[in-house]
Amino acid sequence: MLRKTASALAACAISALLIAAAPSAPAATGSAAPPSLTIVSSLPRTGSANSQTTSIVNGIKMAIEERGGKIGEFEIRYEDMDDASPQKGNWDQNIEAANANKAAKDPTCVGYIGTYNSGAAKIAMPILNKAGLVMVSPGNTYPGLTKPGAGEANEPKIYRPSGTISYFRVVPTDDIQGAVACEFCAKDLGSKKAFILHDRELYGKGIADVFKKSAPGMGIEVAGFEGIDPKASNYRSLVTKIRSTGADVVFYGGTTQTNAAQILKDLRSGGCKVPFVTPDGTFENAYIEAAGKDAMAPESGSVYITFGGLPSEQLTGRGAEFVERYKKKHGEVPEAYAVYGYEACKVLLDAIDRAATKNDRAAVLAAVAATKDFQGALGTWSFDANGDTTNRLMSINTVKDGKFAFVKAAGGGTGQAK
Amino acid sequence: MLRAAAAADQLAILALARADSLPAFASDGVLSSSEVFSQQLVTGLSNGMIIALIAIGYTMVYGIVELINFAHGDLCMLGAFFALTAVGAFALEGAGGAGGTAGLVALLLATAAFCGALNWSINRLAYRPLRSASKLSLLVSAIGASFVLVNLGLFWGGLPMEVFAGGTSAAAPKAFPALVEPKPAFTVGDVIVSRPDVLVLAVTVPLMLALTWLVRFTKLGKAMRAVAQNPTAASLMGIDVERVIGATFFIGGALGGFATVVYSIYNQTVGFQMGYRMGMDAFIAAVLGGIGNLPGAVLGGLVIGVVRAMSDGYVEARWTNAIVFGLLILILVFRPSGLLGAKLREKV
Repeated sequence: MLRKTASALAACAISALLIAAAPSAPAATGSAAPPSLTIVSSLPRTGSANSQTTSIVNGIKMAIEERGGKIGEFEIRYEDMDDASPQKGNWDQNIEAANANKAAKDPTCVGYIGTYNSGAAKIAMPILNKAGLVMVSPGNTYPGLTKPGAGEANEPKIYRPSGTISYFRVVPTDDIQGAVACEFCAKDLGSKKAFILHDRELYGKGIADVFKKSAPGMGIEVAGFEGIDPKASNYRSLVTKIRSTGADVVFYGGTTQTNAAQILKDLRSGGCKVPFVTPDGTFENAYIEAAGKDAMAPESGSVYITFGGLPSEQLTGRGAEFVERYKKKHGEVPEAYAVYGYEACKVLLDAIDRAATKNDRAAVLAAVAATKDFQGALGTWSFDANGDTTNRLMSINTVKDGKFAFVKAAGGGTGQAK
Repeated sequence: MLRAAAAADQLAILALARADSLPAFASDGVLSSSEVFSQQLVTGLSNGMIIALIAIGYTMVYGIVELINFAHGDLCMLGAFFALTAVGAFALEGAGGAGGTAGLVALLLATAAFCGALNWSINRLAYRPLRSASKLSLLVSAIGASFVLVNLGLFWGGLPMEVFAGGTSAAAPKAFPALVEPKPAFTVGDVIVSRPDVLVLAVTVPLMLALTWLVRFTKLGKAMRAVAQNPTAASLMGIDVERVIGATFFIGGALGGFATVVYSIYNQTVGFQMGYRMGMDAFIAAVLGGIGNLPGAVLGGLVIGVVRAMSDGYVEARWTNAIVFGLLILILVFRPSGLLGAKLREKV
């Protein structure tokens, strides 16, 4: 108990330090300097999501560079904020709140790109909504953030205290992803009986709930539905339980940070070779590294990862051009979310360009909301009335020789129309 | 139990379904209810023995200086990083046969020496200067030591080594190579006793016997018991109390070192936050068995391991922590000094 209190205290101390250390909002620009607008991003830069968020930030920077760092007479400035603490190795609600407040108070700030984690979005959304600051997320997939009836009863109303919609996202939501995973299990894997696990977090449970809901319609019997302890040292006893039900597929609604790799290892060590399917919270190299090569070896059983979009290599048109430029600039293939960072920033810049008064938050917000038939790296898409993208493009991936390998596209719409 | 019976009813249907539609997945058998119970018992005992080995480190230190050494779990975590570094540096992975066994033994001994020396140093730097201060200061010092160790682990995981995935993300969990492959050592029906299960047994039982011998029959053991009973009287009898305390920390740490290597091979994962759960489970085990009591720590560890496995298997994984702590409360209400605790003394 003492330790817990102590660690909470330390977390507070660290966040206080971070806030203190961060440079204060720029003072009103002098008459000589050109007028500037600020775009910030708030992503978990510390911890295991780092490689994903680094490529998102690279994507954002590339979108700004494409515009020459300027829109009209305004210079576009960008600040890369971290919402994670080293103590948690993951996003931290105190830091996310501090980031959102800082952006809200900065009069030059017209756009907030973030968050990566849906839980963090719940913290930032009401703060930014009250400030009338538009928020575009490259990574949140929890449906309740935007869709009435998809989450808790009071969602998404509680995130919109001002009554207007100020939150938008460029990724398809989990309700689509969970259903796609279920469809893949039924049609491609021929599963009849699924054991569903989740990490009891917003993202993981949300996606597992959708999988569970879709299962009967796909002819899959639900052998078990359980929330696990994401900090347990191993899951051997759970594996025994799974084996005893005779499930022919295991779906885990969770992330690398909530021990997906450990479950996989224990399944394989425990003699259970059924396919293991996880959502895009594990679509990062950290998952492969944490699982090690034995658990991911083909003879151990198959591993599938759904992703709410196409991996970088499979993008076509503008998306492929982006990947090419990224490779040239950074010398590596971007991680899967890079293009979403790029797209989020591009749609925001496009809206600023269209806004009547570029340094007016309300005008920019209205312009983002009016985005229609946007021709971006992910194809041609629009924002719907809830703030969601109309893009439903998804993919099923596996792991081959220590790397993610594309299996097939799924989820209906190609997103590449026109 | 009802659940298990229902599962058994479905076996026949399943067998049919599997036979015609899922030939690819038919390699693993579906367990019967008695096999499920036995398999859970194997899992519980293996986890329990690892917990027990760590719990001994808690209980030994408590027995002799009446300190809950909160840094113990994190000490084990650093031991795991040490072991993973050694595995990378000496390419222990994939060295099969006699060479592999020799490497494994060397790894166990080196990690034990590392953890023992580290625990000894922590005592020397963080606890010994506070020997005459209040017990609370000592406890706070232990919490501080725990933080230092966690952050050392975070730093260590960022070293640019191949085993740490090039150090790209220090906080991410790291894969620990399966030095003992997770293959069945033998099977009884569909119950699998894996080679790591055997490793756990082969490491913990001799260590526990050796520790019992050391405490009961050696001069150092006698001195330790004397200091535990009454440090002042012991020093009057010519026992170098600080040396005995130092030795206790070393032995407790070394056992933690053995435990952490076994833990890492068993779970194949290490991470800078693993010390918290390792320490917490072991601490509960030590309290459950009667803190300060060596057989009690072992019994407590086994009970925790088995209760966890049964709760995961027959109740639901999300209730497991509640059940373990509920059990702890029950036992402490009816037996305040723990299962094997002899008498209740004034403690921290």
